[in-house]
Amino acid sequence: MIKLLGLFLIGVGFAFRLNPLLVVVVGGITTGMLAGFSFNEVVAMIGRFFTDNRGLLLPMVLMVPVVGVLEKHGLQERVAALIRRSKAATAGRVAWIYQVLRGLTSMLGLSIGNHAAMVRPLIAPMAEGAAQARDGQPNDQAREDIRAHAAAAENVGNFFSDDILVAVGALLLIKAFFENAGVEVALGDLKRWSLPTALWVVAVGWWRYRRLDTRLKKAAESKNTIR
Amino acid sequence: MTLLTLDVFLVLCGVVLGTVATLIAIDAAHPQRWGSAVFWMVLAVAIGAAKWLPPVVVGYGVLGLTLLVATRRVGAPRFARGERSGLEARAEALGNRLLWPVLVVPAVAIVGGGLLDLVKIGEYSLVNPKQVPQIALGLGCVVGLVAALRATGERPLAAAREGGRLLQLLGWALILPAMLAALGGIMGKAGVGDVIAKLVANMLPVHLPFVAVLAYCAGMALFTILLGNAFAAFPVMTLGVGLPFIVKAHGGDPAVMGALGMLSGYCGTLVTPMAANFNIVPAKLLELKDDYAVIKAQAPFAGAIWVFNIVVMYGCVY
Repeated sequence: MIKLLGLFLIGVGFAFRLNPLLVVVVGGITTGMLAGFSFNEVVAMIGRFFTDNRGLLLPMVLMVPVVGVLEKHGLQERVAALIRRSKAATAGRVAWIYQVLRGLTSMLGLSIGNHAAMVRPLIAPMAEGAAQARDGQPNDQAREDIRAHAAAAENVGNFFSDDILVAVGALLLIKAFFENAGVEVALGDLKRWSLPTALWVVAVGWWRYRRLDTRLKKAAESKNTIR
Repeated sequence: MTLLTLDVFLVLCGVVLGTVATLIAIDAAHPQRWGSAVFWMVLAVAIGAAKWLPPVVVGYGVLGLTLLVATRRVGAPRFARGERSGLEARAEALGNRLLWPVLVVPAVAIVGGGLLDLVKIGEYSLVNPKQVPQIALGLGCVVGLVAALRATGERPLAAAREGGRLLQLLGWALILPAMLAALGGIMGKAGVGDVIAKLVANMLPVHLPFVAVLAYCAGMALFTILLGNAFAAFPVMTLGVGLPFIVKAHGGDPAVMGALGMLSGYCGTLVTPMAANFNIVPAKLLELKDDYAVIKAQAPFAGAIWVFNIVVMYGCVY
């Protein structure tokens, strides 16, 4: 039980909104030392795991110069101008379509994008542009709402359609785990039983993004009546 | 023997980060000039040169980064957005030339992901097959950068400056994912997962078939919330609760359980700050005021999907 103290500290730290990086490092050192490692050993472990996982930073660090230099020359404005030409576009529909597309590519085991490569340069400005065309310039709260849902579309699309047609990640991991545990599982069955949730997620997205559109419209109307 | 390894791109990351650090160091107007410059320079070394350094040195380097962040010595200046009308005019002039550098990145990543490991020159293969997706994405970014510089007529230093603007918005959030992976590794070594699986199995009446499903799906979500990673939660919960109770005691189908169990874990990923890469980094990258805004938007998704998973698992697993 004492091993859980590190996790408990992390929970408390997040609850009090301390800096997450500090919380995680303190939690990790506590856990390691309670398990009987010396401080230096824990630091070396942190170094080794950090080294092994530093590839996580790669898509972000190499992508932001591309996005940054294009934004300096009006990328976001260009994307917004393009989407305004479509009368049917709303912030919610942009997010829903992106979620579905992201899900379809994820089914094939492809990764078309992430937050740095797609959401910031394309999807968020598209959704904002669509909202602006319908309801006028969104206020800060509405903009925050739109952007958060654009990020959600990326995550939801990415997570719940993994590997259904071409397995490259999660399902292979599940199969390998069962094999190690001596349980026979067919990859085709894993794929089949991932499908219902993948379809359900499309419906959930439709519901959530419609609610977003309704909220945006209401906010815009109340603003107009005050004026 | 491989010709192109991930190390090339990690060194390139180090060069980008080092340039950002240098630009901060020579910027007298930067509000937290030296703390920020040191932060980005240490990070540049930790990313670019980690392979050639002893782990304990990297570890202390990372602790140093954390101290700089915790004592609030790292910050970003207020960046002036260009004049709106000016940007719109520029966007009008450049048109779709602005778009295709962004689109070429995933295009190269997908095509490269399919083709790179086929390239062989005699005994030399071009890349290590395990690194193909990351290398393809790295290549995509490099091609995208060249395209972006050509389209805008900017020099490479401008890319470092603009990239630095976005990286400084991210700040500490950039290294949180790698640190969480380190935390997960330490927890694994300390055996934290087994303690949790035992707790779940002991506290709940898992001899009832429905409770076993509920405990397994709840355990997957909770453990993912705590660790930020469904892949870490899966072996622990499946060994501790899933296999002994759902499969062995009640004769459940492991394929149904495994697929829907992992998907229940993803519901946890949607609502935890510990999955920083998916939830906290985008909030920073999209310049949201609330670091938890993405999590709040995703919470209803997570709830609806999690309940669905339980219903399908209970309906089909036995």
